[in-house]
Amino acid sequence: MDKTNQNRFMKYLRTDRLPNIFCPGCGNGIVMNSFFNGMERAEIDFDNLALVSGIGCSSRVPGYIKCDSLHTTHGRPIAFATGLKLANPELDVVVFTGDGDAAAIGGNHLIHGARRNINLTVICINNSIYGMTGGQISPTSPTGSYGSTAPFGAVEKPFDLSELTKAAGASYVSRWTTAHPVQLANAIKAGLQNKGFSFIEAVSQCPTYFGRKNKMKTAVTMMQWMKAESITKRRAEKMDATDLEGKIIVGEFQNKKEAEFTEQICKLIGDKCTTGKPSSIKSAFQED
Amino acid sequence: MITINEDLCKECNLCKEFCPLKVYEESKIPNKKGIHVPCPKNEDKCTKCGLCILMCPDQAIAVDDKDED
Repeated sequence: MDKTNQNRFMKYLRTDRLPNIFCPGCGNGIVMNSFFNGMERAEIDFDNLALVSGIGCSSRVPGYIKCDSLHTTHGRPIAFATGLKLANPELDVVVFTGDGDAAAIGGNHLIHGARRNINLTVICINNSIYGMTGGQISPTSPTGSYGSTAPFGAVEKPFDLSELTKAAGASYVSRWTTAHPVQLANAIKAGLQNKGFSFIEAVSQCPTYFGRKNKMKTAVTMMQWMKAESITKRRAEKMDATDLEGKIIVGEFQNKKEAEFTEQICKLIGDKCTTGKPSSIKSAFQED
Repeated sequence: MITINEDLCKECNLCKEFCPLKVYEESKIPNKKGIHVPCPKNEDKCTKCGLCILMCPDQAIAVDDKDED
């Protein structure tokens, strides 16, 4: 095929792995496109980018992107990314994670990453279900939604990941759905430019499991549902709690400037290091 | 000019639904994988906003910025 007729994001992809493994209509591809768009607009150097992911459908995204990527154990991408960022502070580290990965098994790593305010961009693809293992209820499944472990509807209250990370101390938090790809790209751009822990929650569709169990069989019906149910933060502030039940509140939840962890650690090493070399951590893997 | 890569398309119909100007229509004949690849029937209406490129989860759509002639 002629090069001019290629998709504009094809240059970032490992073309030998395509077509990707995601189900038809999966939201992961849309988040991937929004990430490329946000990255281009934030003017991030693609060669200076490292992607970290855990386990799950969403964590397969870095496997298709032609840059340094790290596929780690379940729930631990933020722990691995913290080490990566501290060992090489110049790197732009982005974590792709899912709701089961970030909220369930890796919940502690998420809140402690936010508490430290380390300069990472965490993109959490929240599809409200465990898609890879067969549609079990996840910590973010809405009350009353069906899954293979909740045949009569979930009775638990779901986690609000954006409020959680905001309360834990993240300096940039926003939530958008895959039905808002332009706003999502703007949020990813702001998250990449923010110096500190940036958490972007992308509410996504899983037509294969969440949709099929909840009477929304196709990606189109799921996305129409998300578009209809989402309310911007400004409008939600004027509404009662009873009206907001079952709605997806989207928007920017936090955007503040705070002391960043990596800078503080580098400054401490520079001050206390007896050899007088602030970059002494780098000498562990770079011969000089 | 809109090109759709038939090897990548999985017939999720998101482009058909979310194009603001309804450029795409479903093709009548399935391809060798049995997929009804959407075809840009109303291409003259396209304003090259690029929403379909962002919305396509399989990176199958390419919209050329330049005009044909």
